[in-house]
Amino acid sequence: MKGFFSSALARGLFWQVIGTLVGAGLVTGIRAAMGLSATDTFFFTEPAWVLGGFIGTLFFLVGSGVTGDWIKWARGIDTPDHHEDHYAGAAKFINVSLDHKVIGIQYTLVALVLIAVGGLFALIFRTELAASELQFLTTDMKLFGQNGPQLYNTLMSLHGMIMIVSILLGIAGIMNYVVPLLLGAADMAFPRLNAFSYWIAVPAAVLLLSSLFLGGFDTGWTGYPPLSVRAPVGMQMFFLGVFVAGWSSILGSLNILVTVIRMRAKGMTAMRMPILVWASIATSLIALTATQFIGLSFQLVMFQRLFGMGFFDPAKGGNPVLFQHLFWFYSHPAVYVFILPGLGVISELLPVFVRKPLYGYRWIAMSSLGIALVGFVVWAHHMYTSGMNEYLRVPFMYSTLLVAVPTGVKFFSWVATIWKGKISTPTPMLFVLGGIVVFLMGGLSGPPNATVSTDLHLHDTYFIVGHFHDTIFGGFVFPFFAAIYYWFPKATGRRMNETLGKLHFWLMTPSFFVLTFGMMYIGLIGMRRRIADYDPALGIDGVHFVLTIAGFLIATSVLIFFFNFFNSIKNGEKAEGNVWNSRSPEWQVPSPMPAHNYERPFEVVGEPYDYGLKDAGFVKFIEEPAKGKH
Amino acid sequence: MGHFVIVGILVIVMAVLTYLGLDAAGLATQMHPVAASAQAAPIDQLWHWEVMVVSFLFSLIVVPMAYSLIVFRQKKGEMLDGEHMEGNANLEIAWTVVPLITVVVFAYFGAYSLGEVRRVDANAMVVNVTGQQFSWTFEYPEYGFITTELYLPVDRQVVLKMQSADVIHSFWVPEFRVKQDVVPGRITEYRITPTLEGSYKVRCAELCGTSHAYMESPVVIVDSDAYDVWVAEQIKIAEESKTPEGQGKLLATKNGCIGCHSADGAAMTGPTWFNLYGSDVKLADGSTVTADDAFIKQSILEPTVTIVEGFPPVMPPYALTDEEISNLIAYIKTLK
Repeated sequence: MKGFFSSALARGLFWQVIGTLVGAGLVTGIRAAMGLSATDTFFFTEPAWVLGGFIGTLFFLVGSGVTGDWIKWARGIDTPDHHEDHYAGAAKFINVSLDHKVIGIQYTLVALVLIAVGGLFALIFRTELAASELQFLTTDMKLFGQNGPQLYNTLMSLHGMIMIVSILLGIAGIMNYVVPLLLGAADMAFPRLNAFSYWIAVPAAVLLLSSLFLGGFDTGWTGYPPLSVRAPVGMQMFFLGVFVAGWSSILGSLNILVTVIRMRAKGMTAMRMPILVWASIATSLIALTATQFIGLSFQLVMFQRLFGMGFFDPAKGGNPVLFQHLFWFYSHPAVYVFILPGLGVISELLPVFVRKPLYGYRWIAMSSLGIALVGFVVWAHHMYTSGMNEYLRVPFMYSTLLVAVPTGVKFFSWVATIWKGKISTPTPMLFVLGGIVVFLMGGLSGPPNATVSTDLHLHDTYFIVGHFHDTIFGGFVFPFFAAIYYWFPKATGRRMNETLGKLHFWLMTPSFFVLTFGMMYIGLIGMRRRIADYDPALGIDGVHFVLTIAGFLIATSVLIFFFNFFNSIKNGEKAEGNVWNSRSPEWQVPSPMPAHNYERPFEVVGEPYDYGLKDAGFVKFIEEPAKGKH
Repeated sequence: MGHFVIVGILVIVMAVLTYLGLDAAGLATQMHPVAASAQAAPIDQLWHWEVMVVSFLFSLIVVPMAYSLIVFRQKKGEMLDGEHMEGNANLEIAWTVVPLITVVVFAYFGAYSLGEVRRVDANAMVVNVTGQQFSWTFEYPEYGFITTELYLPVDRQVVLKMQSADVIHSFWVPEFRVKQDVVPGRITEYRITPTLEGSYKVRCAELCGTSHAYMESPVVIVDSDAYDVWVAEQIKIAEESKTPEGQGKLLATKNGCIGCHSADGAAMTGPTWFNLYGSDVKLADGSTVTADDAFIKQSILEPTVTIVEGFPPVMPPYALTDEEISNLIAYIKTLK
């Protein structure tokens, strides 16, 4: 594409390479001067790669231009408040923009790319798993310095983390695009920080993917020591990539919270905010405060590898189980970060398609905060078999089961919202309903994992894999698609194709049911997690074959979605008005959304979801031109 | 009112059908596979209750949704609104408090069930288990022998005292239902009372590296007479293993060499020892060496110096004494 090589993306990547060489070169030079080994299997030594990765990230950020304004300010040079976008079309999305709508789309595009990459990895190892015995990932094949089973472990581990990062970017995409529109704001509170939070995710993704080429790693996305201390250099790239990605999460959450607190439209009291805003608050509270712990847990392993500090080495007085506590203290609340926005999307969209208020709005709002709060005290349910103090398992069982209460409030409220509505099912609504059912399956497969004794059988089996694929698809993937189909007209002024959308849904959903039921079934029978090959005596070859087919059908449905998405940008049916007949403010102005959102600010004069009530508008536009809101 | 009655009936019907469906798949009265331990009983029982509740809750949500999608559909071309219901405080309190009570009750039963699983029999026999990449070894302290298969007498509680030589592993026999991680730097405990004679497998259930998938060993439950016979056999084998070759074979087991090196030519993570001694070995750097005493010694003490072609450089060093190495070589020589 013309102009690619001068884009922020290209510049950033170029400088990331330079920075990596600078950092790695520096360490190599110092090591050589000290008489230490200067090269290793993958040319540079491990410390060189780590510093290289870090410096590469810094060079990316400066090289891309996203830190440009801050550098100018540090030098005493003023910059204009707004940067008018000089780019048209696709070029907008590979350059730095301060517009939350562009940034929201940038996040969404990278999330979709990562979903494709993570999904591709899954298809590779699902193909290997279709039958017992190793078919192509065998011990005598070699790729990127890894034999078949090692490559399997790397692909499986990366599948997990790439998908997790895609979720974090996807929810950032939804929240960044939609929250200011729902609040009546012209942009987020800190537009430059917003752009920074997006752009730092790019070098993070590069670092993560680079692990594949630096020997891979065999620990799964959880990176437990001592295994992660012995893994190849790729392990460090994984740790560093996640550490950097965490910055995106933390800074993005800060932005959302300040925006919600400071930039609501006149009359928008707390209980008149759209429900997705509540979900975003709860999500951001978790991400702001808990993300640090995964960064720290990985940092400690990095230091154990680089400097021999024995945090998790029993021979040095360390304790491997401590890693798990530190890791899961974030990684459990993290799963609520993954699903709360999607559950907020479900709550936000249901009223539009059932033409009825959101039942028990206040309770749903509070349930998001309740889930966030309880979610902080359940982490050790991932560690029931870990060897931690046995009695600790009981309080964690109580707290884990407790999360079902606010979650149940959401389900019951959704059913009550749907009940006696006037229901239509265009594609966004299909994905909302599918999300509810799939998340229900995920939620119901939770309690057997929560009760310790049953978990002694289920832990580390495909039952768990089925459980979390259900919760993640129900809480994120389905609502993510719903949000894209729903807000696509707002962003582009065109609709995505309805037939292809329905095809996407009806191909994905039954396949997904088969996939997750199948996973839970074989897990119960004895299929462990994270294995490249399984015992034919288990008699599950047939089910595995079916699961692989299901995986390919899901991938096909996603390809249909990608085609629909990109094709509709130029060729979709024009949709410049309130296509869904929504009460929400962003739909009261024409599509695509103007650059600074609301030319005339609005005032909140009613409840957000009073469908069916006469003369009960939600917002009213103020006729005088805006004063100083920009 | 009519809607509620119809939906109520449909929910009950669907709940029963869901439960029966799960039962037909063999997933209700017990988890899979067959239960073979005393500890499995409270676990399967709790699971059974959970399946019943899950069947009901699934129907409770899905049936009203499906019913609504049909009965409360917006007709084509229409643009009507639904009934303006905002909420009902009593209903919302009810559907908060009832689940709260339910989860507390389940947590209580869960704790009770865990207590049953961890019940201690003071007369339990002890077996020491070592997990390492990628094999399990079992030491019977009462008799002093080491095996690669876990033989146990039926209906007697055994407490496995487990340790790891390297990374975290996990001991799991699906038929026993209980799983416990094996962690370096500590001893973890696994108490089990096998109740069904048969041949099972212990499968490592915590990702431990390249060959995690293959870290499985036989677990054989026999009646007490057969067990006594087996013990006598093992004692005899241990006696006979006083020769250098026998000692070498024991070392290969105890140090987990057999996790990566086969004795019979089978392809595993590391090169097979079958016909190894004295053969020509092609190295990763293209050169060829003879597999003599010096080569084998270096491969044990400094395994990364010479890598055999086609194999990954993942072997850790083993600090064995000269005598131990000489015994191992004596054993390897017998593998023709």
